[in-house]
Amino acid sequence: MLDDLSRYLGSESTRQLIVDQLVQHVELALLPLVVGVALAIPLGWLAQRHPLLRTSLLGVANVVYTVPSLAFFVVIPGVIGTQILAPVNVIAALSVYTAALLVRPVVDALDAVPGHVIAAATAMGYRPLRRFLAVELPLAVPVLTAGVRVASVSNISLASVGALLGIGGLGALFTSGFQTSYLPPIIVGIVLVLALALVVDLVLVGLRRLLTPWARAGGAR
Amino acid sequence: MTLSWLFDPAHWSGTDGIPVRLLQHLRYTLVAALAATAVAVPLGLFVGHTGRGGVLVVGGSNAMRALPTLGLVTFLFLVLGSGEVSALVALTVLAVPPVLAGTYAGIQDTDAGVVDAARGMGMTGWQRLWRVELPNALPLLLGGVRNAVLQVVATTAVAAYVGLGGLGRFLLDGLRAFDYPKMVAGAVLVAALAMVLDLLLALLQRAVVPRGLRLAARGRGRGPARVVERGRTEVAADAAMREGTE
Amino acid sequence: MIEFRAVTKRFDDGTVAVDNLDLSVAAGTITVFVGPSGCGKTTSLRMVNRMVEPSSGTILVDGVDVRGVNPAQLRRGIGYVIQQAGLFPHRTVLDNVATVPLLSGWTRRRARARAAELLELVGLPAELGARYPVQLSGGQQQRVGVARALAADPPVLLMDEPFSAVDPVVREGLQDELLRLQAELDKTIVFVTHDIDEAVKVGERVAVFRQGGRLVQYAGPDELLARPADDFVSSFVGRDRGYRRLSFVDGGGIEPAEVPTTRETALATAERAPDAWTLVLDEEDRPRGWLPPRSGPAEEAPGGGVRPGGSLYTRGTPLRGALDAALSSPSGLGVVVDEDGRYAGAVSAEEVLAAIRRRRDEAGAGAGGAA
Ligand SMILES: Nc1ncnc2c1ncn2[C@@H]1O[C@H](COP(=O)(O)OP(=O)(O)OP(=O)(O)O)[C@@H](O)[C@H]1O
Ligand SMILES: [Mg+2]
Repeated sequence: MLDDLSRYLGSESTRQLIVDQLVQHVELALLPLVVGVALAIPLGWLAQRHPLLRTSLLGVANVVYTVPSLAFFVVIPGVIGTQILAPVNVIAALSVYTAALLVRPVVDALDAVPGHVIAAATAMGYRPLRRFLAVELPLAVPVLTAGVRVASVSNISLASVGALLGIGGLGALFTSGFQTSYLPPIIVGIVLVLALALVVDLVLVGLRRLLTPWARAGGAR
Repeated sequence: MTLSWLFDPAHWSGTDGIPVRLLQHLRYTLVAALAATAVAVPLGLFVGHTGRGGVLVVGGSNAMRALPTLGLVTFLFLVLGSGEVSALVALTVLAVPPVLAGTYAGIQDTDAGVVDAARGMGMTGWQRLWRVELPNALPLLLGGVRNAVLQVVATTAVAAYVGLGGLGRFLLDGLRAFDYPKMVAGAVLVAALAMVLDLLLALLQRAVVPRGLRLAARGRGRGPARVVERGRTEVAADAAMREGTE
Repeated sequence: MIEFRAVTKRFDDGTVAVDNLDLSVAAGTITVFVGPSGCGKTTSLRMVNRMVEPSSGTILVDGVDVRGVNPAQLRRGIGYVIQQAGLFPHRTVLDNVATVPLLSGWTRRRARARAAELLELVGLPAELGARYPVQLSGGQQQRVGVARALAADPPVLLMDEPFSAVDPVVREGLQDELLRLQAELDKTIVFVTHDIDEAVKVGERVAVFRQGGRLVQYAGPDELLARPADDFVSSFVGRDRGYRRLSFVDGGGIEPAEVPTTRETALATAERAPDAWTLVLDEEDRPRGWLPPRSGPAEEAPGGGVRPGGSLYTRGTPLRGALDAALSSPSGLGVVVDEDGRYAGAVSAEEVLAAIRRRRDEAGAGAGGAA
């Protein structure tokens, strides 16, 4: 087994291929994370303010989240008019998942900002947008990052399904390994996906600590 | 195009007809979800109740969430040989973390004061677990089961790649044959199945959650939604799980 | 100066929170709005900084109709302190206090320097500036809330039950602090409370509201307690208002009498006054305790029989202190001291009560109703 692995990894061209696929995987999984967060914040903001939007947006998010990834990848081109086998389908689908997953935490976090804090900010002359950016959003960061961590793990794992549609990333190691009945690429792929998930998670934890020094001061979570 | 494919009577009969594929998909889902529940719920109850082994279980289960479904399925097929058993093992493995997370988080979520009061009233460990912690854990536990079912439905579709039956067949066979209506029809069917199952579980979840808990959740301003809606359950369970490891 | 002219607030659900309010708050004074829960105090206050818009009527701040001013701009010039302090949990204490200066375009450096000054002004040590609000006690948080409201040096300060979330001892400290600050800063302050004790303590003028947002009496605290406008006010200010009045009736009317004094703590029994208590003073003439009269009980206590002396009454402060001093003294005489704490005489409880009676008669003679 180990012999197989070292033989597989011994080839320079194989290693190069794996690195390329890793890079593409990062792009497929993390770009949607950024897009999803960028979508979820304004959507959550709207939903928190308008009761009607809240019910409808959260309902839609819930339904979107039930759609299996493979089905979603395949349906997306019909919706946005892209090529069936384009990587952008995977990116779009994972962005929508991320946003769907994050809308609720954003709304919850905004709900949880104490009324007296908002009243104090208003009384000091904050206009709504600035107040949102300076007060409400920072206070939502802990809950938001908790959501982003869930989404990142899920994106990194799901991006490999794209390989079934011929869209690269580490998933291609699984399909090629399966087609040739050769385990090493599959093992390397699994290990790299896990490692990538772990690294991204650590980065997110670090980011949260950086953004929320106050949360460590005790009491407030 | 997709619609005409769906309503073509030829696609509703035979071993590759929609009913057969649907039943296959349902069977895999049921077996894997039940197996995962049978493993994860007792484990989650034990760890949540005793607090023993929390770090191990939580860490392991977090790592398992990151497992790529396609990687696991292909790996098990090469190692265990092709056949339903390998597929069911893969599906079960992937369904365990959500149920475990939900159960553990549900127990942890029980108001410490309530548990203390139960102890003060002379309840034994079993009685506390059974009468206090489990009812309180039900919303999150069932949230975990819902997530697990979604996971299994999705992974079953992926597992069509290694030859498993189910609705994923239409999708991948369509893709290979450049038969796009068939492919999209497969996608639509899988999505519809996921939504219907999720809806049923949501109703179940609503029915079994003790009324007092629902009211309390509303009173706490978290809204009755907490009990039934997923995004929240998922993140809450996940956050509770991670707290153990950090 | 803040003027309410025929101001009414009717909420969308039909609740009339404030009903045709006419009232003017003099510049440089503390005016208290007091009344039972739900009587419209908060609503009245929040109409001043346009957190609530009146349904009709006009509110002028320093002669300017607030409706003509951009709300954000208006609010930066009006300090606002609320019950839970409303501190930003994600910002340090110093940055909390620097908020309004920063909003008004100050540089960060200047705003922080200003914030540090304010922490000192409200009596907080500079080290607290680096902490987060959760790391402060309730009383400290309230002080930060006050400092933050004062940061941009607004001429007007609105305080909505600022001290009601802290325990009574801390609350008294904060009230004293507010009075000290006000003596220094001369702001126009509107202070909301439902605690009548607090109202008569901090208020130069007190507006009593009743349910339905109606103003029933607007007067100085002395007059409010002496002559409540109606049954509602008298029941609201309570039965013990005679005693409560002492809190703010100044002690001008009492004449401290001389008592025997000594600097020796261990006078032989023979050297003490025959029938009177002797007051022991230290080298600076500050009272240390009482020695019983010769005819009194023998010296059973150590230290030559000096009895600890009860509370002291500082000349010129409210009469309540004089009564406390008299009642807590072993001799039955309250020790009167001057501003430096030096002995200035003594008064009996009877004399204090007589002074109160005289004051009440004077007030009664000058008839008149609610303002
Ligand atoms: N946004 C609102 N919509 C409807 N009614 C309101 C609103 N805000 C306040 N009220 C009502 O207006 C009345 C006055 O409220 P307000 O908050 O001014 O009372 P308050 O005197 O400050 O009471 P408390 O001492 O309890 O703080 C109450 O009956 C209250 O229920
Ligand atoms: Mg109020």
